[in-house]
Amino acid sequence: MQPGGFQSSSKIVQWIEYRLPIFSFLDHSVGTQYPSPKNLSYLWNFGSLAGIALVIQIVTGIVLAMHYVPHGDMAFDSVERIMRDVNYGWLIRYIHANGSSMFFAVVYIHIFRGLYYGSYKFPRELLWWLGLVIFILMMMTAFMGYVLPWGQMSYWAATVITNLFTAIPWAGEAITEWLWGGFVVGTPTLTRFYSLHYLIPFVIFAIVFVHIWALHVHKSNNPLGVEMKTPKDSIAFHPYYTVKDMFGLGVFLVVFGFWVFYFPNYLGHPDNYIPANPLQTPPHIVPEWYLLPFYAILRAIPSKLGGVIAMVASLWVLFLVPWLDTSRVRSATFRPIFKQFYWLLVADVLVLGYVGAQPAEGIFVHIGRIATAYYFVHFILVLPFVGWMERPRPVPDSIAEAEAARHGRPSARAGE
Amino acid sequence: MATMAGDRGHAGDGSRRDFLYVATGTAAAVGTALAVWPLIDQMNPAEDVLALASTEVDLSPIEVGQSITVVWRGRPVFVRRRTAGEISAAAEAVVNDLPDPQTDGDRVQQAEWLVLVGVCTHLGCIPLGQKGTDPRGDWGGWFCPCHGSHYDTSGRVRKGPAPENLAVPPYAFVTETTIKIG
Repeated sequence: MQPGGFQSSSKIVQWIEYRLPIFSFLDHSVGTQYPSPKNLSYLWNFGSLAGIALVIQIVTGIVLAMHYVPHGDMAFDSVERIMRDVNYGWLIRYIHANGSSMFFAVVYIHIFRGLYYGSYKFPRELLWWLGLVIFILMMMTAFMGYVLPWGQMSYWAATVITNLFTAIPWAGEAITEWLWGGFVVGTPTLTRFYSLHYLIPFVIFAIVFVHIWALHVHKSNNPLGVEMKTPKDSIAFHPYYTVKDMFGLGVFLVVFGFWVFYFPNYLGHPDNYIPANPLQTPPHIVPEWYLLPFYAILRAIPSKLGGVIAMVASLWVLFLVPWLDTSRVRSATFRPIFKQFYWLLVADVLVLGYVGAQPAEGIFVHIGRIATAYYFVHFILVLPFVGWMERPRPVPDSIAEAEAARHGRPSARAGE
Repeated sequence: MATMAGDRGHAGDGSRRDFLYVATGTAAAVGTALAVWPLIDQMNPAEDVLALASTEVDLSPIEVGQSITVVWRGRPVFVRRRTAGEISAAAEAVVNDLPDPQTDGDRVQQAEWLVLVGVCTHLGCIPLGQKGTDPRGDWGGWFCPCHGSHYDTSGRVRKGPAPENLAVPPYAFVTETTIKIG
């Protein structure tokens, strides 16, 4: 890390810096003057990856909007035209469609990393909340985007999800017709979904900056869950983590390309290549994989209103996690009991996802109910009680000390 | 930076680290350019647009002295079956006096048939002169109402702000009475 403030020998940089201190701002945000814990693992790549995934979605989405026609009679054909006639339209659409899966995959890892290392705890509660707001906005955006191709799955996904609002007592019917702009899902629904699908990503983009702002107040958490105390605990963001993030990006893009170029339709559903037909429902409707756990919770409750409440509650409970987790130790590394329940939760969510993709009958109904019950038990009972009962392993005094011990040295090295 | 402490032991000016730095940067720049190209190219005419790039015109119903307008690539194309008087007027013009010198022979394949892109070369308006009741300008061809350019019976600009003659599209006679434009 360079001592002192930002310096440059370039006259142009100095001229700009004097009028708009953007270079020193960047240097303090993602540069040499931003200290990061020196023990961050590759799990800390997923924040920047999520940001890049968002930018990829926005760029490809703006391009698709140049060719897409939001009208019930023309939407499906305009998407097919993008696939067949527009130069590289197939590539751009496949990047956008698979990009949403990549975005969610990255964000799920990001969220579960936060749950494992206690990144939601004091003083990062608002950081956690902002992340959850982004997550919910992402789900809304993804759902509305899935409707736009106006295939059978699009149409019936829109129908099923908007029908959730009919569960609201008294006003449900009126609210649903208001959402539709008619008596069924139709062109008025499609055009407003298109408008909002374009708008919300920019709202997400703005909240991402507030998320990063909150992050930069108390800096990144780390695998030890111990705050940085002295300069020995940290290294400069640039070049160390810029390079690490770039390397991670390379790996991410390889995985991304694998889907786009070899299995572009694997994560989709073939029924969506049938034009929307308001008079016939496909035999088996499933949402995209990233919404399956919540879909399973919705179906687990044998009551229309109850299912909707459970699904909404499964998201709301995440906002309470900073207070439901009563342990003062952040990282699961030092929490032997919590760690086991954590992996049980991961398994539980995977089971929910699996059940969500199966028909709602037979054994799957029971598995779905048990998994839903554990989901809530984990957050409402396990988190507080384990926090009270568990005896954590000793937590190191500092990052530098723990790292030195890990590398078999008696004391921290003088510098990296 | 790249030639500092980490390179001790490497001889010469160009260190291994410099090489890696430049190689990585080059790969990133080339990769970015390749990724950006589809985003630019998607704005070019799509396949279905290019598929409409040629138009066939049946000339048999056109009487001597009559003009028709056909659409080629979304633009009007003027097809005029010229009278003997119009042909001789076009041929008699003194080429070197024209703003955009061109002989009538260079602008037609068969003297009777004049085929032009009906877009004024000034700022893209469509000149008048296709209908018998239209003003045809001082040289009996076309007159652009936007800024007053006059075109003669060969579609050459004679007066006004237009810099060039009306363009002749690529076309070919498929049969005696059919042309294919584009």
